[in-house]
Amino acid sequence: MKNTQANPKGIYTISNRLGDQANRAVQASEDRPNSLTSGHRACQGCGEALGARIVVDAALRAAKGQIIVVNATGCLEVFSTPYPETAWQTAWVHSLFGNAPAVATGVAAAMEVKGRGNVRVLAQGGDGSTTDIGFGCLSGMFERNDDVLYVCYDNQAYMNTGVQRSSATPPTARTATTPPVGSEPGNVFGTGKNVPLIAMAHQIPYVATATVADVQDLEAKVFKAMSMRGARYLHVLVPCPLGWGSPPRETINLARLAVQCGLFPLFEAENGTVTRATKIRQPVPVENYLKPQRRFAHLFKGGKPVDDRLARMQEMADANISRFNLLGHEETCK
Amino acid sequence: MKPFATVLEVGTSLNNHTGSWRTERPSYAHRLPPCNNACPAGENIQEWLSLAEQEKYEEAWREIVKNNPFPAIMGRVCYHPCENACNRVTIESPVGINSVERFLGDKAIRDKWAFDRPAAKSGKKVLVIGAGPAGLSAAYHLARLGHKVTVKESLKKAGGMLRYGIPQYRLPRKILDAEIKRIVDYGVELEVNKKVTNLAEVVESKAFDAVFLSVGAHIAKLTEFPTSPRSRVLDAVAVLRDMENREKPKLGKRVVVYGGGNTAMDVARTAKRLGAKEVTIVYRRTREKMPAHSFEIDEALQEGIKIKFLVTIKKYQNKKLTLGKMALDAKGYPQPTGKNETMETDCIVLALGQDSDLALLEKFPGLEIADGALKVDSRMMTSHAGVFAGGDMIPFERTATTGVGHGKKAARSIDAWLRKVEQPATEKHPLATAERLNKWYYAEVSENKRKLIDIAHRTKTFDEVQLGLSEAEALNESRRCLSCGNCFECDNCYGVCPDNAIRKLGAGKGFKIDYDYCKGCGLCAAECPCGCIEMTPEDI
Ligand SMILES: Cc1ncc(C[n+]2csc(CCOP(=O)(O)OP(=O)(O)O)c2C)c(N)n1
Ligand code: SF4
Ligand SMILES: [Mg+2]
Repeated sequence: MKNTQANPKGIYTISNRLGDQANRAVQASEDRPNSLTSGHRACQGCGEALGARIVVDAALRAAKGQIIVVNATGCLEVFSTPYPETAWQTAWVHSLFGNAPAVATGVAAAMEVKGRGNVRVLAQGGDGSTTDIGFGCLSGMFERNDDVLYVCYDNQAYMNTGVQRSSATPPTARTATTPPVGSEPGNVFGTGKNVPLIAMAHQIPYVATATVADVQDLEAKVFKAMSMRGARYLHVLVPCPLGWGSPPRETINLARLAVQCGLFPLFEAENGTVTRATKIRQPVPVENYLKPQRRFAHLFKGGKPVDDRLARMQEMADANISRFNLLGHEETCK
Repeated sequence: MKPFATVLEVGTSLNNHTGSWRTERPSYAHRLPPCNNACPAGENIQEWLSLAEQEKYEEAWREIVKNNPFPAIMGRVCYHPCENACNRVTIESPVGINSVERFLGDKAIRDKWAFDRPAAKSGKKVLVIGAGPAGLSAAYHLARLGHKVTVKESLKKAGGMLRYGIPQYRLPRKILDAEIKRIVDYGVELEVNKKVTNLAEVVESKAFDAVFLSVGAHIAKLTEFPTSPRSRVLDAVAVLRDMENREKPKLGKRVVVYGGGNTAMDVARTAKRLGAKEVTIVYRRTREKMPAHSFEIDEALQEGIKIKFLVTIKKYQNKKLTLGKMALDAKGYPQPTGKNETMETDCIVLALGQDSDLALLEKFPGLEIADGALKVDSRMMTSHAGVFAGGDMIPFERTATTGVGHGKKAARSIDAWLRKVEQPATEKHPLATAERLNKWYYAEVSENKRKLIDIAHRTKTFDEVQLGLSEAEALNESRRCLSCGNCFECDNCYGVCPDNAIRKLGAGKGFKIDYDYCKGCGLCAAECPCGCIEMTPEDI
């Protein structure tokens, strides 16, 4: 189900009073679940807190409130549940940093055994827990096609423990463990992994990428995933003002620029095949995305690129643009 | 003893008031849209567009007539400074405000909408002298405020320059008549063919508690050059006025118009329609310097009217017109070159501007007059208490819409003056500038333009040149409004707050920020498409 609404005003805002009110975004409705409620301790402008509310709210809607959330260790878990408080307004469990997919598999199996197949399982974690420490469990969950929607909130480093590099950290980014010093300052080129593509290689029913910059698109992908059974994977880019060195108010703009420059392509895949990629609406050079972030500050001196690394980042974006055919007009590609 | 953590009561994060982290506070503002700011009649354009886009056409029309009783007229003749100010130009092109106004005005006539009931009767009587846009606007607003109004007009019919200056192909008379009739039906007493020749008499008679002067500017400015007895030299004001007679003016096959303003275009295009084969506008400067609006020059050129730039009239004898050629000097001013050219023409029409006939003020000493225009204060009151003035006779931009604005302002001042109350100071909100928009959220949507009838039809008849928008087009056009600086409930702020600190109050009620939890990240302000959220530093 795609959460579309007629757009008579020609605007891309979350909703539109002239549009179809019955089909408006969950985030636009007065009675949205607010699964992650106020009072949590995420930083100002945290993309992960926003992404998690959008995802879990949509999943709750889709499953008529019957959801169990399994959370890996990380910022999301820490800022939402400092004992004895919780910001979660839904059933929620936390076990370890690396085992969320396995715990989720177990919860889903338990529900199945109890004949409560209507209770859906959503597992979630940061990029560190997903692409690194929990990766083995995740691959197993995919391979067995366990009935779990796994959501990775990718802020491109281990933020909760002080911004260490993960295998989702982009080349050149400054982290605590990839300082901007030496012959190749920041994170090195040619490392890291693309978990959405790896997930596709498992031939699971559904894989999608999304960001917090497009609420309707993110919700639509959650609804689509929830309409299916088996292992599903959603990879959401969530800017982190602390780790990226960006003003809190820029969180959404940066997510938008990541997509528009081509570094973060938006696509969906079913059973291992890409079914749709979102066209870039306002193409921008990678520079526009990188420059406002302090983690990339060392790429520039006096506003100009210091060496060819900016061009190499642009090449990465261009490769995505041609691989997913991101320019042009039509909405779908196959 | 148990470890600390396990003795705490389990509870919700709502106990944690993260609002204390805030260093900047978001709040919803009401900024002044640039269209509203530019409207000489002071219309709340954004508000009526917003009603129109919800198909609440009658409410939209009622919003317009709070400030301007002539939507159908102004939707045709106004030079729409609002559109020139519209922020949408930074996306693709301005909102076609004027064409939506016309749609609403025409619909009001068709559907016979009447004005809201006036305020309770005040018992005061006001005389309005001159039934042009300023006078009629003042009369309407005074009536709306509960006063008894009499309008005295020297000519045969009301309308002033709307009738005796603007050609029918720009303003069909049935539209003009309909909007004037609505004002008469509102209880305004209109006396035509009643020239007031002596203001002193009127004031001394004490028949009225206040007077609004709006006699316009109907005397053509002339210029001297040698002519022969058979040379026909006419003035544009007279030609356009005589167009309202059954007997139309006879101009001949070849007509020269002298001047570069809108009146020159009007009279040239009128001459063409009266059957002239050759119509030439003669102007001493260049096109860029022409005071006429660019689209009027274009429409004249489309209709086959020729324009000679950088020439002045030297003499006109026996149908032979001698023109002195000019050239621009280093500073861009036209200077005579000493060279001449000649052409044949059956008549010359002078369109060199207009003056006011201020004869009625002669026996009324103490009024301040400078450069042929009457001085007024910020309330539109002359130096004589209780005598107000507006429109083309006071030193100001001379457009119909400006006149409507003067009429409204004067009416409100007269009302305050009659009731002996202070006029409340109107608070002017800061401007909603284009830089405050988040343009990402607006798709490019091309303007729904009004079509023009074909050229052959245009040059032969006085039928209206510009057609109106259909309802669907007008609706789409109103929906192009960006709602600069004022919330239109797009839910962006509500949706993007990572702290769930924005409360949605329900359709039409907007939002409220819960400062107990708002951390002041500023995402709501950054992602507001129309720039209506303001961030201000907290006192810390
Ligand atoms: C086995 C184990 N190793 C290390 C940690 C410490 N730790 C807690 S959160 C975290 C980083 C989480 O990073 P990520 O998964 O990317 O989530 P983020 O905080 O960035 O949202 C680490 C290393 C742990 N809890 N468990
Ligand atoms: S460090 Fe980053 S991910 Fe963690 S709470 Fe702060 S903004 Fe969110
Ligand atoms: Mg992370």
